[in-house]
Amino acid sequence: MFAFIIRRIIQAIIVMLVIGMVGFVIQNQMGDPVRDLVGERVTPAEREVIRDQLGLNDPIYVQYVRFVKNAVRGDLGLSFFYKKPALEVIAAKAPATIELVLVTAFILIVVSIPAGIYSAIYPKSWYSRLVMAVSTIGVAVPVFLTAIALIYLFAVELNWLPSYGRGETVNIWGWESGFFTWDGLKHLILPAVSLSSIMLPLFIRLVRAEMMEVLETEYIKFAWAKGLHRQRVWYIHAFKNTLLPVITVFGVQLGILVAFTILTETVFQWQGMGFMFLEAVERSDTTLLVAYLVVVGVIFVVVNTIVDIIYGFVNPMVRIAGTK
Amino acid sequence: MRTWERLKNSYLLHSFKRDPVAILSFCVLVVLVVISILAPVITPYNTYDTATFDIMDSETPPAWMEGGSESFILGTDIQGRDLLSTMIYGLRVSLLIGVGAVLLQAVVGILVGLLSGYLGGKLDAFLMRIADIQFSIPYLIVAIFTAAIFKLAYGVGRYAELAVPLLIIIIGMSEWPKYARTVRASVLGEKNKEYVEAARVIGINRWLIMYRHVLPNTMTPVLVISTIQVAEAVMSEAALSFLGLGMPVTKPSLGSLIRSGFEYIFSGSWWITFFPGILLVILILVILLLGDWLRDVLNPKLYKG
Repeated sequence: MFAFIIRRIIQAIIVMLVIGMVGFVIQNQMGDPVRDLVGERVTPAEREVIRDQLGLNDPIYVQYVRFVKNAVRGDLGLSFFYKKPALEVIAAKAPATIELVLVTAFILIVVSIPAGIYSAIYPKSWYSRLVMAVSTIGVAVPVFLTAIALIYLFAVELNWLPSYGRGETVNIWGWESGFFTWDGLKHLILPAVSLSSIMLPLFIRLVRAEMMEVLETEYIKFAWAKGLHRQRVWYIHAFKNTLLPVITVFGVQLGILVAFTILTETVFQWQGMGFMFLEAVERSDTTLLVAYLVVVGVIFVVVNTIVDIIYGFVNPMVRIAGTK
Repeated sequence: MRTWERLKNSYLLHSFKRDPVAILSFCVLVVLVVISILAPVITPYNTYDTATFDIMDSETPPAWMEGGSESFILGTDIQGRDLLSTMIYGLRVSLLIGVGAVLLQAVVGILVGLLSGYLGGKLDAFLMRIADIQFSIPYLIVAIFTAAIFKLAYGVGRYAELAVPLLIIIIGMSEWPKYARTVRASVLGEKNKEYVEAARVIGINRWLIMYRHVLPNTMTPVLVISTIQVAEAVMSEAALSFLGLGMPVTKPSLGSLIRSGFEYIFSGSWWITFFPGILLVILILVILLLGDWLRDVLNPKLYKG
């Protein structure tokens, strides 16, 4: 097990170095740190001096090593537009995205588990058929269309909910939170609902499939034979054993949700990391773009590694397969 | 003639005829494809030609609504282009990019999968490590990043000109590991079978064995994932265009049409977003349904069980 963890961590470090290399190449080819520092009105000779001071004339591998060293220390350069360290800019935007993902995860759990269980227990009822039909269509609807439809219905036509921004936020120890004001919560509803709509079909199907499989097993038949109350069989005996695969998939999909926040945040002008990323593209803010790439890379690698290690604990086949 | 006979008696056609959902999706898909191929012939207006539309016609509602005009059945967009014609051209672009990207994915993925599965060894370890690394990052993130980088590198104007080939490359390269893994898995299953052994014994060169003997037997899973991949590629293209990293508004795909319409939804011009949106959903849905059907039919586990 120890060897397995070490191997996974080494692999994670290699992936991070590769992502770092991609980021470094982008920054090296497209960004101009001298312009970022002094603007356009400096003579070429002075620029050359600054380039030397910044070490931009060093061999490329020296620069890469320096880039990695700085990145490990948490220094990803200055954002051209914000004139602040890029990581600071991202940290300021992160709470918005994290809150959005948290609420989305909450909606996913609260909706998909009951819906999945119900349609597994009563596969023939019209309600289950409706759930399955809706989730088939749901897969085909891009998230931005769901978001636009929700905005049109609830913000433009009915005028019940706000359509953009985060609303009023409260600052708690440097964390801008929308959880504690009525206005902030109202702003969270539409983005979170549309973000969860991409994952809902998948999760409902997953819970349903797992639950149906478990209901066929011997120990459930035994539980019926013992004459246990059906609530007990369903919710205590069967449901508990569907949780493991669901949690695993959930861990992996949480990373994918980050990708989709870019789309949702654009529609709702949600001031999070995804929105910031697109603004950085519009403004050619290369440093910020690379910093975002590295941060997202870290999130994925950490989540994947943790999921793999947990899986290794639970399922011995995974750790043996890798050793050959 | 013989291939026709074989198709007529095949299990594939037999199960197709018994599945109304598959028939319906197939018909809809064929209609959409034909419409998009014939776009220049059947559309009332050529929306790529700026001389054919007038900004004064902009935001005309659909014909059946108040203020609508007979000459624009589904109304016009913000530039005064006939929405129906623009949508058909958009469908054409979306399909072109979707199919193109999947072809690229398939070529790269099959090549990598075949080589690493059949040759094995260090090459296999190396190629699969790359595939693993890319696979651990969601394809949409890869596509969005590559598109952003290309856009910065080429500049906005040049990127808009080259959008179609660039999008094919971006979406194609973001999803090849799926093919590589699928093909490699079935190559590993095939390569120790007797017919391959026999071919090796009579001394056929290994490239020929790979191409003529192993490759055709890995095509079933490739066919199954290809349908789903087209739907996913169309969706990726729409997402990229919606983010402003895809097709420009002058040559819109369905995604960029939705993007341009979204800005006007607050002023009540819902049709610019609604109709392209519906068309996009229908397109993706029929491809997905066909893919599901194909998977059920071609999956030997389900077929025998």
